[in-house]
Amino acid sequence: MCNYNRHGPSRRATGILARVPRGEPLFAFESVSVGPPEARRLHRLDARLPAGGLTVVAGPSGSGKSTLLRLCNRLEVPSQGTVRHRGEDVAGRDPLGLRREVAMVFQRPVTFAGTVLDNLREADRGCDEARGAELLERAGLAPAFLVRDASELSGGEAQRACLARALATDPHVMLMDEPTSALDAKATAVLERLARQLVADGTPVVWVSHSEEQMRRLADCVLLLADGRLDRDGSAQEVLGDG
Amino acid sequence: MDSAGDIGFVGLAASLVLVVVAFAISLRLRLRLERDLVVSVARGLVQLLIVGAALAIVIDPDTPLVWSWLWVAGIVVFAAATVKRRAPAVPGLFWIGLVANGVTAIVGFAVAFGLGIFPVRGTTLVPVAGMLIGNSMKSAIVVAQRLVEALSEQRAEVEARLALGQPWVAASRPILRGVMRTALSPQIENTKALGIVFLPGAMTGLILAGVDPLDAVLVQLALMYLILGGAATTTAVTALGVVRRLFESDHRLVALPRSTRDTG
Repeated sequence: MCNYNRHGPSRRATGILARVPRGEPLFAFESVSVGPPEARRLHRLDARLPAGGLTVVAGPSGSGKSTLLRLCNRLEVPSQGTVRHRGEDVAGRDPLGLRREVAMVFQRPVTFAGTVLDNLREADRGCDEARGAELLERAGLAPAFLVRDASELSGGEAQRACLARALATDPHVMLMDEPTSALDAKATAVLERLARQLVADGTPVVWVSHSEEQMRRLADCVLLLADGRLDRDGSAQEVLGDG
Repeated sequence: MDSAGDIGFVGLAASLVLVVVAFAISLRLRLRLERDLVVSVARGLVQLLIVGAALAIVIDPDTPLVWSWLWVAGIVVFAAATVKRRAPAVPGLFWIGLVANGVTAIVGFAVAFGLGIFPVRGTTLVPVAGMLIGNSMKSAIVVAQRLVEALSEQRAEVEARLALGQPWVAASRPILRGVMRTALSPQIENTKALGIVFLPGAMTGLILAGVDPLDAVLVQLALMYLILGGAATTTAVTALGVVRRLFESDHRLVALPRSTRDTG
């Protein structure tokens, strides 16, 4: 099993994470089922995501990886069971506040009409150019991108702009749903490096992937799903072996 | 009466010549529309004859005005049922349609009769309601259908906005604007093209019935402005009602047909 506090808070130690009881998982899924009985996407899933570090949620297509991720920010709700975020039932949370705290980057980059700065302002209405430049820097983009039309960015640039936009809500957790599946090797490497940087800065990352190589490169912990159930979990080495 | 108003049953039968032409074209080109043509012509004939007979009673000056109001209420309910039937994916659409068409009727009647544009009589109440609600219903159907399609096709964008903590109103606003423009454009284009491209129904009917063309134009203009305002009202009420129904109270987009979201 992964050590739930191996990657404890650093940069945000004075913020909300400082109040988190040690050992409290980032997310806990207690007997969670999703979907109607005849078409369950998750079946009475019991699983925990560690409080820090980068956790990769893996499994074949249709195993429930994205569903699990979407439960974390309430884009999806369980038909049965409870999802807890740092010990608190997310069903009792204001969904809008929860989503600003638990940000998400999607599989395909979805940019909105307008410039990159306009996109950042969709997340943070008061975002000025200085703040925009800082967000872009955290996402590995130069400040010159602020005035670029978001629809004209390459796939990798658009995904990093989406990461910057997700960071604009000052989240405490970053969910990333196969964010490199539409990117080339170079753009993938950049995004992986940025995710590791987020973790180093104290923001836990939950990353959905189906690539074993990527899991070995990235994961502090792996949660392996199969047919909507937990198959195995632990460190990448424990789950995947020496390969 | 020396107007085109008295065409009689012989004239009506003569007007079927073009339907026969359509029938022949369908037969010759194997379009297999012959049965539909016959059914639609027969059904239209029977329906309108029944409506004509009923209208003759309802709008008779000796009939109490309450029957005209009941007829108007029937139009509103039927329009709501039609909107519901054309966009079945939206839960509770009948009630949304009922409110939208009801609000349009109230606002339209307040202007048409409250400001004295038309006198309150059976001969004005029923036709004005028919035109107002009939046109508004078309806009409501377009709005309901397009909203479901657009929210389904652009689910990824809506969820990207929801994931930023935007409430459903903000997350759906760009799509709502586009759909409302689409729904209202035909009505605006119709108003622009008045008299140039087409002569609208009420005016044509009045002229055929022997009314002075200038009087017919004034009636038509008043009706067109009412219809434009009615379509805008119905579109706004329907759009807001439909969008509200397509989001859960916790700001999640409901499952929609033709959803493109990833569930890996």
